[in-house]
Amino acid sequence: MQHYSVTSLVKNAIHHHEKWQKTWRSPELKSSYDVVVVGGGGHGLATAYYLAKEHGITNVAVIEAGWLGGGNTGRNTSVVRSNYLFPESAKLYDFSLKLFEDLGQELNFNVMLRQAGMLILMHGRHDLEIMRRNLNAMHMNGIEAEWIDTNEVAKLARGINLSDEARYPIHGGILQKRGGIARHDGVAWGYARAADRFGVDIIQQCAVTGFDISNGAVRGVQTTRGLVKTNKVAVAVSGHSSVLADMAGFRLPVTSQTLQACVTEPLKPVFDVAVMSPMLGVYISQSDKGEVVIGGGLDNYPSYGQRGNVATLEHTISGVVELFPQLSRVKLMRQWGGVVDIVHDSSPIIGHTPIGGMYINCGFGTGGFKATPVGGWTLAHTIANDTPHELIAAFTLDRFKTGAFIDEMGASGIAH
Amino acid sequence: MKWVLLVLRIKRRKGCEMMQVLCPWCGVRDEDEFTYGGPAHITRPTSGGDAPQQDVSDEKWASYLYEKDNVKGIARERWVHVHGCGQWFNLARDTVSHKIHCVYKMGEPCPVLTPEGDPKNRND
Repeated sequence: MQHYSVTSLVKNAIHHHEKWQKTWRSPELKSSYDVVVVGGGGHGLATAYYLAKEHGITNVAVIEAGWLGGGNTGRNTSVVRSNYLFPESAKLYDFSLKLFEDLGQELNFNVMLRQAGMLILMHGRHDLEIMRRNLNAMHMNGIEAEWIDTNEVAKLARGINLSDEARYPIHGGILQKRGGIARHDGVAWGYARAADRFGVDIIQQCAVTGFDISNGAVRGVQTTRGLVKTNKVAVAVSGHSSVLADMAGFRLPVTSQTLQACVTEPLKPVFDVAVMSPMLGVYISQSDKGEVVIGGGLDNYPSYGQRGNVATLEHTISGVVELFPQLSRVKLMRQWGGVVDIVHDSSPIIGHTPIGGMYINCGFGTGGFKATPVGGWTLAHTIANDTPHELIAAFTLDRFKTGAFIDEMGASGIAH
Repeated sequence: MKWVLLVLRIKRRKGCEMMQVLCPWCGVRDEDEFTYGGPAHITRPTSGGDAPQQDVSDEKWASYLYEKDNVKGIARERWVHVHGCGQWFNLARDTVSHKIHCVYKMGEPCPVLTPEGDPKNRND
């Protein structure tokens, strides 16, 4: 596999860029594997990569029904941060952020991480109280974040409406400087390329139709390209987790709903920082291409439709215009929806399932992108050792029976 | 002219993204007047007979409270016309196309649907 570097760029420039290798192979599906990963999004590909790199398990297939990163990996707003409330979540997401910081080097693929900061806005007395508490929790958890006033907000998020006449006047915010944005496609492709280098077979356009299960343990995966024998299956399919679980004969505490996002036409650089307003229910950042990337709340009913309704979009856009009135005449270029897996306590489910040899990574809901590296890292460890990684010991499926929830509803920053 | 306008209006409504819900009391209204209230026909677990409810196992409670069928296809759901008459009702809705196949009152048994999702005629 070709190494990407200045030298390789120069060499290929001499050949008019006609001799670049394919980024990954397109192998035929073999009849058996040590591990089959279902879902070729960021989490699935990261699982395959860390299985190969950290645990030496390279006889692995990643099976994807559509194309790589075509689900929620390619549909999120690409924000990375770790400003969570509870110690378990803070540890999990901060580990992920640390992996992100070295990811470009590690994968030899530019994931375009830009740690320009993640700003959560405070709009009033009640926000002040709850956010003061959140900030203290972050400090207790060892997450560096700081309290900033309106002058600093004005410097960071140029053009933001700081008027006292605003519907919800801004009084300051919490800034996590290590937060920011990364290129979501780059993360999926980088993991795919790096996993492929270790010999992982990436099979696209191949849907799973069922599982071979005997004596409560998985023995194979039925696909549209035939049966694959395996004793270990990792399911990382976010919004379609319940569908896969149904094939295996168990139920999950997951509801699939639509989360929308949209981008405007490209603009000159306006602001670096990613801004979130829990009060207005929006988050907004500007991509390297100049598009303003906008996200909002959930469409509040179950859906596998991958589109999204007008009412929610309207609500989100009205929040953006409230924050940045000068964007009101900027055109929206694209709008889309992804199927996200919403869990009761807004925390992920990673680890074992009731079926032996079957592992799951789901329930990240509206915030899975930032956890792509850690989702792969911990699931790979769990598969290789058949015991949960310490970071995910609290995030197992059992917590719904024991009641040991990690309720991140408030700290996810937005009323999902 | 009136007819042309009517046809145009219907066509525009058909292409409209917003889901239309048939409230059994108020008629067809836009989806933003309604709120989804969870899956329908969920039965509260009992430990059998007159045994106290606290004897129900943790597994059963977890299953009742949190586990969802989360159907891809036609699901039975509870909705409330929150910005209207305030009444609750059930409906069978396709979670992919968002098509509503039938609406029925709470407490009524779920109508039997054909594989395409149309309510079966009882005379069939």
